[in-house]
Amino acid sequence: METGQLVAALATGVQSDRVLFREQDTAPYECDGLTMFKAKPKVVVLPETRDEVCHVLKTCKALGVPVVARGAGTGLSGGALPHADGVLLVMAKFSRILEIDEDARIARVEPGVRNLAISEAVSHLDLYYAPDPSSQIACSIGGNIAENSGGVHCLKYGLTVHNVLSVTVALDDGSIVTVGSDALDSAGYDLLALTIGSEGLLAVVLEVTVRLLPKPEEMRVVMAAFDDVTKAGDSVGNIIAAGIIPAGLEMMDGPAVAAVEDFVKAGYPLDAEALLLCEVDGTKEEVADELARVEAILKESGATMLRVATNEEERLLFWKGRKSAFPAVGRISPDYYCMDGTIPRKHLSLVLRRMREMSERYGLRCANVFHAGDGNLHPLILFDANDPDEVKRAEDFGAEILELSVEVGGTITGEHGVGIEKINEMCVQFSSDELTQFHTVKAAFDPTGILNPGKAVPTLNRCAEFGKMHIHHGQMPHPELERF
Amino acid sequence: MSLVEILCRRLAAKEPVSVIGGNTRAFLAGRLKDEPVSMQEHTGIINYEPTELVLTAKSGTTLQEIESCLSESRQMLPFEPPRFGDQSTIGGVMASGLSGPRRMHLGSARDCVLGVRLINGLGQHLKFGGEVMKNVAGYDLSRLSIGAFGTLGILTEISVKVLPIPEKEQTQVLQCTQAEALDTLIRIGRRPYPVSAASWIGGCLYVRLSGAASGVESAAVAIGGETLKDASQFWSSLRDMTANEFNSGKEWLWRISVAPTTPTDAVDAFCFDWAGGQRWITASPNDLSPFELAARIGGHATCFARDRDAGTGMQPLESGILRLNQRVKDAMDPHGLINRGRLLEEAH
Repeated sequence: METGQLVAALATGVQSDRVLFREQDTAPYECDGLTMFKAKPKVVVLPETRDEVCHVLKTCKALGVPVVARGAGTGLSGGALPHADGVLLVMAKFSRILEIDEDARIARVEPGVRNLAISEAVSHLDLYYAPDPSSQIACSIGGNIAENSGGVHCLKYGLTVHNVLSVTVALDDGSIVTVGSDALDSAGYDLLALTIGSEGLLAVVLEVTVRLLPKPEEMRVVMAAFDDVTKAGDSVGNIIAAGIIPAGLEMMDGPAVAAVEDFVKAGYPLDAEALLLCEVDGTKEEVADELARVEAILKESGATMLRVATNEEERLLFWKGRKSAFPAVGRISPDYYCMDGTIPRKHLSLVLRRMREMSERYGLRCANVFHAGDGNLHPLILFDANDPDEVKRAEDFGAEILELSVEVGGTITGEHGVGIEKINEMCVQFSSDELTQFHTVKAAFDPTGILNPGKAVPTLNRCAEFGKMHIHHGQMPHPELERF
Repeated sequence: MSLVEILCRRLAAKEPVSVIGGNTRAFLAGRLKDEPVSMQEHTGIINYEPTELVLTAKSGTTLQEIESCLSESRQMLPFEPPRFGDQSTIGGVMASGLSGPRRMHLGSARDCVLGVRLINGLGQHLKFGGEVMKNVAGYDLSRLSIGAFGTLGILTEISVKVLPIPEKEQTQVLQCTQAEALDTLIRIGRRPYPVSAASWIGGCLYVRLSGAASGVESAAVAIGGETLKDASQFWSSLRDMTANEFNSGKEWLWRISVAPTTPTDAVDAFCFDWAGGQRWITASPNDLSPFELAARIGGHATCFARDRDAGTGMQPLESGILRLNQRVKDAMDPHGLINRGRLLEEAH
């Protein structure tokens, strides 16, 4: 379809300055947080009203034009990568906090509201919104719904799906429904659970009601260094076996520690093979109790160094190191590629060992940050995007890590989503029948397939192609190694 | 041939199939049209890793077996599932999606599910989700199937997140009206106390605290009231609806799920749980006005009467949501073969 025709059709229901189609205007939207994939959308629409969103959807459905919704564009799996023949629906202007009910401890917000802005808006009430992805300064709640975002406090406080009460969405035909409610459950099927994490393939988010939690009275963090990754991994299991669920439990390997310390000067020991940050929160009494127990367990588990942050400033500094891991790695390499597998924690040392072997084989450095409490591993592969061969090796390296995650009983994505990035690996994790089931569920919401086509769930043809390519690449790497 | 294979074949041959677990929840969500097959022989804990906080079991495994296995490692199912008899299975628990008093604090049955295997209406045995805490690959069909009463697929295996049994639990009792109880809970809810259940029944507010001993004790002092002696007996009688107040005689028992802060004069409840989010009322037999009441206050009603013989007893759905429900049912069970008569009246 001609761009002019599409623009004209959209302009009948959207204010004209909210429709961008000139190349210089659409170029800034060519990718999201995953910059390896780029495409210029035919048209970008920045709607400001629900009617405009619905008009875009109705128009596109009638014309068979793909629609990709986008929040803040911080996603790491290319979920908001534009469709070259489609409309990019940028929801950033929906940025109002509509209601804060302190008694009910809920906030009603538009999808473009930033994750951290919710906590900031209720901070004076001693409340906060728990899920805290590292991009929380910038990422929007609508994007969090699409990805079922996590963060560093998931083990204790859950993912987006555990902290959202309802979502109002626009469907493919421009109709509006609310899934979930202010009650704790709803009649009929749990469409709220289905909508959250559906990567913009089922509906467009218009409004979100989130649950707020009272701020803990106190938070304390302890840093522990280990001379061996296995010991660090085991210490996590020991903490949990003792009946403690820490608010945060994060691990970094030697290369990640080195990159971070050089950048942030958080006081991390540079000789550590693994560094653990364990945060406990609650009332003053609870925190004092748990902290003492955690320290004892870490010592018994072989920590070579233990430090408890003595004040709030130091606590934030310890965390700043962890939260700056991505940019810190960005400083020591022209580019990095962040993976997102989740594994059963007991396989951590095996997975790290296998990744070291891959790192040598592909000739690329790799630093690991790890949400150790819930097994979500973020290997950061260092490469140079100006070198096509390095790009190819980085992609292959990443794909092999994801396949390894599946092999040990985990998943290809813990919190970043499949998007376009991991679409081939979906063929490894799911059977044809399972993928077909996903497609029929998608069709239940969007029978003509206009919403974010080509993402999240691969076609069976694509998997067949991928399978062929895979065999062509040769044997399974390292056939001598044990497999699960 | 295994039970799973038999069920797959029957569905593949387009034969209607109904399944039950321990058959302790037959009074909920409508009567099955077809003679049900029991999943009770499909039993066993497949994987349990206390330090990974995950348990996977076949759907016919009894709740009793799972809970006794967990308690050996001082762990528990976080959502405190109600049981209506010793035969309750994990499959039935998940298919009905009911959660107990701890739901307000540690999440619902659906919140705790990490993955399922199910047989869809085409007789395909499929796996969704997994055994890890964080997993966003594919649509969340595992959580979708919780509370679906088997109508989206026959659950064959379930992986759940488990949690440590709290070091200490203590329940404070405060004599007050229901309205005062709700006000108190709104106040308490603003503080980071380790509240794990909050219920009003028989003129008293019961607040259960769980966690590290020191935190529980200091919160108990702040909340006040008397400390309840037989607390675990009290909470299980509320969880399983065996407390005297639930014996409604000829009256029908209804559960009204509403926003927890809904004023108490909006629902004439004899008991509330989940800090106000779950209210229990009674009504005359065949009086379906609780549906209207629930709709008026933005909630939904479920009939728990055992002698009800028509309808599903589930809140009628608003048209847009009903259409989506039917389409999702068609996507999972296109020929409408599984558990006919349950949950969605107009689906097939």
